[in-house]
Amino acid sequence: MSEQLDLRFLYRKLRQIRRVEEEIARIYPSDKIKSPVHLSIGQESVSVGVCSALRDDDVVAATYRGHAAYIAKGGSLSRMFAELYGKVTGCGTGKGGSMHLVGMDKYILGSSAVVGTTIPISIGYALALKREGSGRVVASFFGDGATEEGVFYESLNFAALHRLPILFVCENNAYAIHSPLKKRWASTQLCERVRTYGIPAISIADSDVLEIRQWASEAIAGLRRSETGPAFLECHTYRWREHVGPNEDYQSGYRSIAELQNWKEKDQVEAIGVRLLPSERAEIDAEIDAEIAAAVDFAESSPFPGPEEVLTHVYAS
Amino acid sequence: MYTPANGQRSLRYVDALREATIQEMERDKSVFLFGLDVDDHKGIQGSTIGLQDRFGPERVFGTPLSEDAMTGVAIGAAMAGMRPIHVHIRMDFVLLCMNQLVNMAAKAHYMYGGQVRVPIVIRCMIGKSWGQGAQHSQALHSMFMHVPGLKVVMPSNAHDAKGCLIAAIRDDNPVLFIEHRLLYSTECYVPEEPYTVEMGRARICASGTDITLVGISNMVMECLRARDLLSEVGISAEVIDPISLAPLDIDAILNSVNRTGGLLVVDCAWTNCGASAEILARISESPKLHGPVQMERMGFAFSPCPPSPPLEQAFYPDPSKIAAKVHSMVRPLDREWSPDPEKTILSHELQFRGPF
Ligand SMILES: Cc1ncc(C[n+]2csc(CCOP(=O)(O)OP(=O)(O)O)c2C)c(N)n1
Ligand SMILES: [Mg+2]
Repeated sequence: MSEQLDLRFLYRKLRQIRRVEEEIARIYPSDKIKSPVHLSIGQESVSVGVCSALRDDDVVAATYRGHAAYIAKGGSLSRMFAELYGKVTGCGTGKGGSMHLVGMDKYILGSSAVVGTTIPISIGYALALKREGSGRVVASFFGDGATEEGVFYESLNFAALHRLPILFVCENNAYAIHSPLKKRWASTQLCERVRTYGIPAISIADSDVLEIRQWASEAIAGLRRSETGPAFLECHTYRWREHVGPNEDYQSGYRSIAELQNWKEKDQVEAIGVRLLPSERAEIDAEIDAEIAAAVDFAESSPFPGPEEVLTHVYAS
Repeated sequence: MYTPANGQRSLRYVDALREATIQEMERDKSVFLFGLDVDDHKGIQGSTIGLQDRFGPERVFGTPLSEDAMTGVAIGAAMAGMRPIHVHIRMDFVLLCMNQLVNMAAKAHYMYGGQVRVPIVIRCMIGKSWGQGAQHSQALHSMFMHVPGLKVVMPSNAHDAKGCLIAAIRDDNPVLFIEHRLLYSTECYVPEEPYTVEMGRARICASGTDITLVGISNMVMECLRARDLLSEVGISAEVIDPISLAPLDIDAILNSVNRTGGLLVVDCAWTNCGASAEILARISESPKLHGPVQMERMGFAFSPCPPSPPLEQAFYPDPSKIAAKVHSMVRPLDREWSPDPEKTILSHELQFRGPF
């Protein structure tokens, strides 16, 4: 891919996520989306950087703040919006909601609302991929808070012990809900902690999408090539909106607007956008807006599930 | 029940579990078995012994002490198309897996709109006796019965252990496969070829006319023994083994109760909010129930399990207590009766010696 094509591709993905999230925030006051939304605005580059280093048949696992990973891995926007609207055409047929997006056709494992829960599930999937032996890998996304759960360490140990083809991606946005790292971590040396399991770990400071992709690509190439086992990326990033919901929350006092300003200067949508010709950029923006409008239309015009659906899919048959 | 006829093979419960595992692993390459200590020289009281040699360390392996993550591993592997069997030597340890089992395994098929399946088997064992105490003796099946999306089976004999395990492995849902330590050495007729025992179909183990006894797991054995004791005073008890608790074959119990007019559910667990409570509730609310029926239940004393022998005896239901309770239900006007203590000792309890 030429450099320019590559930038177009990255911009398209970054912008698509940004605009989807903004559109959700726009629709939210109408109460048509009856699902708690954890927006990824500000954090797009982590998912885009990592997923752009993956093959189509690689797998991602994400969290309730998973819209970005879902979109970056190619999940259907129509099915996503329909899911947020609770429609039967949604990716979870209206039984998942925003926190449980899934797209197995694109190898997007369903996301979970219980912090840390998808980490061991993603290593189980990686175990199956290792047995399959076709070089596929899993990228497992989670927040800084998830690394405080015991299961995180159980999972690191097992993945390293079995040399599983998995890239752990910690999206460190410095907060768990409203609680900053300094109230939660005895030491900020997350990568050091991880390395004691024999897992190579890299921390990326500025959420630079090209840098994230660079490191992810190297790690993934290693995972595919050899049997050396997992790798770990800590990506510092920042959530611009409130923990859950469509708004900003800088007035509430737990974090400062100056912090936001600092991160806004590093905004990756803009950073890549300015490297395109204005006309190119406008063209992509228009395409994305049309795509989102179509997805929202799809959601709005889709039917709700019938009440009898409450009892289907309780058991697989 | 499944007493071997001439020339028929008799097998112990533990060997039936092992045989089922071998046959399924041979049939289906996606089946694998893992868990703490499944690969050591004791092999989960023998139920997994030799399996690693036979199938290799990729398909049979021990794990770190990480029950929570290992359950996630099972779920993730299942989502990728494999069929893991995750083994716990005691059910008490499954409490460390609750998040994964309840929040993910039970719900994944539903909340992901049918896009994934989680065919996992969680094998776990209820302990009893020889002072195992409060944390090696719990029977927590009702916690899992409570959750839609999980299946719960509790085979009471070697025949069903094999058939249920094969059925559980082939099932596309998460199955809690709950064994009882005291049943491990019990033997009965077990066919050599693979077969399934269907979940959701109860079995009448012994027929009777005066009362219906529903036993759960090893309490089926205790109920059968109580039935023998009761026959000496002319009381005829029907004994039903639900085999699986989720799904639960309530119709089989209901039909029996409609014939006998009485119901005693004997659980190897606490009664409050338990399987026995659920069975009584479903029978009571059934519009198909004929007339007033006397219903009672028995289970653990409402305390943690004590190790001291006299306390342990007070804690567990046993054939003598069951028989006495049935007598008081069927003949409420008679003097209290309890069987000759000499006759109440259970042969399979005699076979079992601790410490584990
Ligand atoms: C096991 C568990 N405990 C608590 C919560 C409540 N909770 C939801 S999000 C969250 C913060 C998680 O922070 P982090 O992992 O950093 O992810 P972020 O929201 O910042 O993306 C908490 C505590 C939960 N969902 N699950
Ligand atoms: Mg965070």
